[in-house]
Amino acid sequence: MPLRYGVYGGRYVPETLVSPLEELEAAWRSARADPAFQAELELQRRDFVGRPTPLYFAERLSAHFGQARVHLKREDLCHTGAHKLNNALGQALLARRMGKQRIIAETGAGQHGVATATVGARFGFECTVYMGTEDMRRQAVNVERMRMLGAEVREVTAGTRTLKDATSEAIRDWVTNVRMTHYIIGSAVGPHPYPEMVRDLQRVIGDEARAQYLEAEGRLPEVVVACVGGGSNAIGIFTAFLDDENVRLLGVEAGGAGLDGGRHAASLVAGRPGVLHGSLSYLLQDADGQVLPTHSISAGLDYPGVGPEHSLLRDLERAEYLAVTDREALEAFQLCTRLEGILPALEPAHALAAAARLEGRVLLCLSGRGDKDLATVLAG
Amino acid sequence: MPADAPLFPRAANGRLELVPYLMAGYPDRHRSIENGRRMAGAGVAALEIGIPFSDPLADGPVIQKAGQAALEGGLTVGGAIEIAAAISGRAALVFMSYINPILAYGPDRFAADASSAGVAALIVPDLPVEEAEALKPVFRQAGLDTVFLVAPTSTDERIQRICAASTGFVYCVTLTGITGVRADLPAGLDALLGRVRARTELPVAAGFGISRPEHIAALKGHADAAVVGSALVAADDPLPLVEELLAACG
Repeated sequence: MPLRYGVYGGRYVPETLVSPLEELEAAWRSARADPAFQAELELQRRDFVGRPTPLYFAERLSAHFGQARVHLKREDLCHTGAHKLNNALGQALLARRMGKQRIIAETGAGQHGVATATVGARFGFECTVYMGTEDMRRQAVNVERMRMLGAEVREVTAGTRTLKDATSEAIRDWVTNVRMTHYIIGSAVGPHPYPEMVRDLQRVIGDEARAQYLEAEGRLPEVVVACVGGGSNAIGIFTAFLDDENVRLLGVEAGGAGLDGGRHAASLVAGRPGVLHGSLSYLLQDADGQVLPTHSISAGLDYPGVGPEHSLLRDLERAEYLAVTDREALEAFQLCTRLEGILPALEPAHALAAAARLEGRVLLCLSGRGDKDLATVLAG
Repeated sequence: MPADAPLFPRAANGRLELVPYLMAGYPDRHRSIENGRRMAGAGVAALEIGIPFSDPLADGPVIQKAGQAALEGGLTVGGAIEIAAAISGRAALVFMSYINPILAYGPDRFAADASSAGVAALIVPDLPVEEAEALKPVFRQAGLDTVFLVAPTSTDERIQRICAASTGFVYCVTLTGITGVRADLPAGLDALLGRVRARTELPVAAGFGISRPEHIAALKGHADAAVVGSALVAADDPLPLVEELLAACG
């Protein structure tokens, strides 16, 4: 049986993909247990990605917030500017081990597309990235970066022209070219084994941060906060703390223009379980099971689904999820920039906005840098 | 409960059966009923009726756009069931739906309502046999055949499981890819159909990429039926092509 998180997850895919997913699962289990693979991953993480990333005490931001002592896990300092490379690197090494010649990806904000194009260049893969028309407009600089790195960026004009449709189109490419192609999915979503594999590759964030926090503060944080679109940076930092029962885990979704008007992307807060992109998870859908259009100022959070492990953590109440609006995220972006000299991406700016209301020792995953968002912020 | 009887006869005397596809609610409710009635009455083995979904992973641009248009026209799952009811009585009806609209409608209610509307079988392209274990009895209880798909990437072991789980007929996806018109049938298709044929007594229908009389001719002796979708959905009037394909079938 496919691995599930409670009732969530699974493998709801066309038959064409079932055998390839079984092969991928076997390849991942073998690679994960292979010391030579792990050593290579370790080396590339250190020398190519720039790990470990620092843990940084945000002194002035904490003083401004008043009640919270906030440490930032600086994933924005990863090569290419976001945590996405942790996953793309690991999957590229796996694709090479599986003898694949071509990698494909979907992208919303462009960060995962850039990370995939980067490992495409680094390891010599042919690379295609799917991106919605709307996101290509919002993230024009990242489109140019991907092209410069040798990737072909294919415009997706279907549906809402954002991450959901780019993901559907990448899956259709994979269905068609599955024998030679590895699909590097960008978040902890999709059919099994993707949610597990992406979590395995992103948990380095939490493993490092937990040890660094203990070293710096002599104790564990009271709250760990991360933004949640598909949820890969969140599951990456949460995983290390799942057994620390006294540590609150807080996921922050995109509240867009507010939850009331329906213009948001808060699947866990406002959705109900359904199947999208191969797995059962919380989903923004209408009464008839049609997936709803979403809205967020942050392209990376603008997705109607969420990783299945988050759905389980929500139901178990092990993690809490809330939504932050576009406006609140923009304010947090400005605050962090002015007070810390760090431009956060609009995605973790949502987590920063939530941290402003917290008390006590807070560890926050600053999942990416905000240079890509300048045009959006200036327009906002 | 469905008998173990096939939904349509196995091919004999060099014939092939035709299974045309209709997108419910496309180009609008009225014309989809008209087209469905005319195709179902033309002497086809069965009519496949697609229920539109916002994110159809197995479909190419023609069926994607038709589904999107049907949804924009306000078609619901209940509306698709009504369309099936309006067409029924002319040929065996087969619903093709992604799993999420069925889950949202409620699998029990969906099975009962589809069956009452005269639908005989169900194809769910994103529900492989493993994921169908809990739902299959629900559909079968209501009298719906459950048709599963074989793909070129399926191992012999999987083909065995898929054939064992299927009733009515077995659907063989001809190519590694999504629905849509292609010039030629893929190389290796005869071998794939042979691997399926060796594992089931049910009729085997070939689908994906089939649109021309030459394709029909090439499938004879290897498959029992041909499913034709995108080429019919793209036609202003699907009937002439259905008749042309039927002529090639006989």
